[in-house]
Amino acid sequence: MVDTLTPVLTANWGAERSWTLASYEEHGGYAGLRTALGMAPDDVITAVKDSGLRGRGGAGFPTGMKWGFIPQDNPKPKYLVVNADESEPGTCKDIPLMMASPHTLVEGVIISSYAIRANKAFIYIRGEVLHVIRRVQAAVAEAYAAGHLGTDIHGSGYDLDIVVHAGAGAYICGEETALLEGLEGRRGQPRLRPPFPAVAGLYASPTVINNVESIASVPAIVANGADWFASMGTEKSKGFGIFSLSGHVTRPGQYEAPLGITLRELIDLAGGMRAGHELKFWTPGGSSTPLLTAEHLDLPLDFEGMAAAGTMLGTRALQLFDETTCVVRAVLRWTEFYKHESCGKCTPCREGTWWLVQTLARLEKGEGREEDLDLLLDQCDNILGRSFCALGDGATSPISSSIKFFRDEYLAHLTHGGCPFDPAASTVFATAGAQA
Amino acid sequence: MTLSQTTLDEMREIAGRYPEARSGLLPMLHLVQSTEGRVTPEGIEACAEILDISAAEVSGVATFYTMYKRRPVGDYHVGVCTNTLCAVMGGDQIFERLKDHLDVGNDETTEDGSITLEHVECNAACDYAPVMMVNWEFMDNMTPESAVSLVDDLRAGKEVTSTRGPRLCTWREAERVLAGFPDGRVDEGPGAGPASLVGLQIAQERGWSAPAVKASGATGTEPTGDGAQAASRTDTSVEAESAAVEAESGSDESAAEKKEAN
Repeated sequence: MVDTLTPVLTANWGAERSWTLASYEEHGGYAGLRTALGMAPDDVITAVKDSGLRGRGGAGFPTGMKWGFIPQDNPKPKYLVVNADESEPGTCKDIPLMMASPHTLVEGVIISSYAIRANKAFIYIRGEVLHVIRRVQAAVAEAYAAGHLGTDIHGSGYDLDIVVHAGAGAYICGEETALLEGLEGRRGQPRLRPPFPAVAGLYASPTVINNVESIASVPAIVANGADWFASMGTEKSKGFGIFSLSGHVTRPGQYEAPLGITLRELIDLAGGMRAGHELKFWTPGGSSTPLLTAEHLDLPLDFEGMAAAGTMLGTRALQLFDETTCVVRAVLRWTEFYKHESCGKCTPCREGTWWLVQTLARLEKGEGREEDLDLLLDQCDNILGRSFCALGDGATSPISSSIKFFRDEYLAHLTHGGCPFDPAASTVFATAGAQA
Repeated sequence: MTLSQTTLDEMREIAGRYPEARSGLLPMLHLVQSTEGRVTPEGIEACAEILDISAAEVSGVATFYTMYKRRPVGDYHVGVCTNTLCAVMGGDQIFERLKDHLDVGNDETTEDGSITLEHVECNAACDYAPVMMVNWEFMDNMTPESAVSLVDDLRAGKEVTSTRGPRLCTWREAERVLAGFPDGRVDEGPGAGPASLVGLQIAQERGWSAPAVKASGATGTEPTGDGAQAASRTDTSVEAESAAVEAESGSDESAAEKKEAN
């Protein structure tokens, strides 16, 4: 029986000067690299395939399989690009990982690059996290000084350089092909696929793009074995992951557990919802994953469990809202975000998100009509699946799911002539009077 | 105002980090902001000349990303997260209070040039909501009152430290780090804030951990005695998989990969 919480990635976060090479190596760091360099690259890919690791950036695509798609007979250079553009609303796992233990990521980058035979890797970090960028820059510099990077790494004959690249503020660059555009010095607009990045990615060369947490999981898999990793989690969702609890819960924070844990277990560990309140709605994996309610507390938080409930595991960004929160206000704010962040390339998303905001804002002010709910769903239908990337799809998730579960609350705005909630009551600094 | 020779040299140095020089454009624009206080027409021209692309192409990039500013930014860029979770937890009230207290609107700078106020999107610190950012350093668990004293301290020239990071530098100094020139503050501040550690602490209290590693056969794969043969065998299966993905493109991988936006 595996324990309820299984700190692996988070295990050294509380250590003294955890971000330094000395501290990381004291906790066993870079053992995975030594193991990997003694293996054939294809055997590293096999180990990651056998572990069952699936992408931790939201999509859940098998990581080892993605690596296997790199055509090794292609004469062009191969590249590894780490997606450290963590921006999905509610998602807050990669940023603390890179702040506390940047060497976990760097070691993962070296092993993963070795596996796909890349000699150049890039870590694309969103620009709005200055101290995190400092920590990753310093970790890369320390790794060079220790001989973990550069030419002929530890006498293996293998060469690798890492470039730390700061973005400049664009949610869309979390989409992998838009990220590549940003990394090539262009506007971050997604590319048409195929060709997939594995065939023609960065500089039209074979490229693997992985999320921070996916790459950071690799050293432990290589050091401890695929079977060890696969002994955690559920049948098709193997291993551990960081679950990020935020919102109206007593102890918000990061909880690393095997995939398949339930929200009820996590909320219990977090000391329950804030005193005197109860869960109303939540996102399983960021704002782009359809909302769930208190009915769904006992579902396994794994890829299959969430798909069966009509939503997605996403990034395990569990944003919890209690009964003081107006779902219409919450959804309007997310929709304004998608409108702002739409890159403008595809008409359904660019125009559609604008129309969604118009319609929702009118409803929120109590100025709409009941038919506007059908209008919203029709607009969603005209956006979903009709653009190059999934940003527009994500914009429809909170709307359609909230209408499904909270139709009456939308209508209450019409009968009330505006929002029936007191926004002060939902704040962390709400007084007892404001909550009443 | 023309850029200094040092700045131009550093811009070339940035471009030289990449296999293709144009990849340096984003950090080069950060560097322009660090010396000019914004993206200036001269900065755009300099990027264009070094990268051998048109000024229009550089402008197109500079106007796409929200961190690039065309108007002068104050010494302190003060961001208030008003995405849903922070807004609900109090970010809306904080932003309103600061607009009123500083007498500026969104994306405006105080008359003394010290503070530029902007509402920002989710900054990946939701477990510390409501969150503010000063020059892109975390200011966690804010209230309207603590936000007011924060900006008052900044305007009074007091030294302010991030709640989960170092002493605050100026916005221009921050932009220089983003361009890839470290400032030596990496060892300041904690490794992790309290919320980042809650799960770990519970696990330690209850003696929970990941399963122990079995003594032998750690990697689950044979050592590399027969590397070449193993490689060729795997390559065959890789080709088969690649072909499968290409053949059914649009179904499996595209649907899944599209969600990487998450």
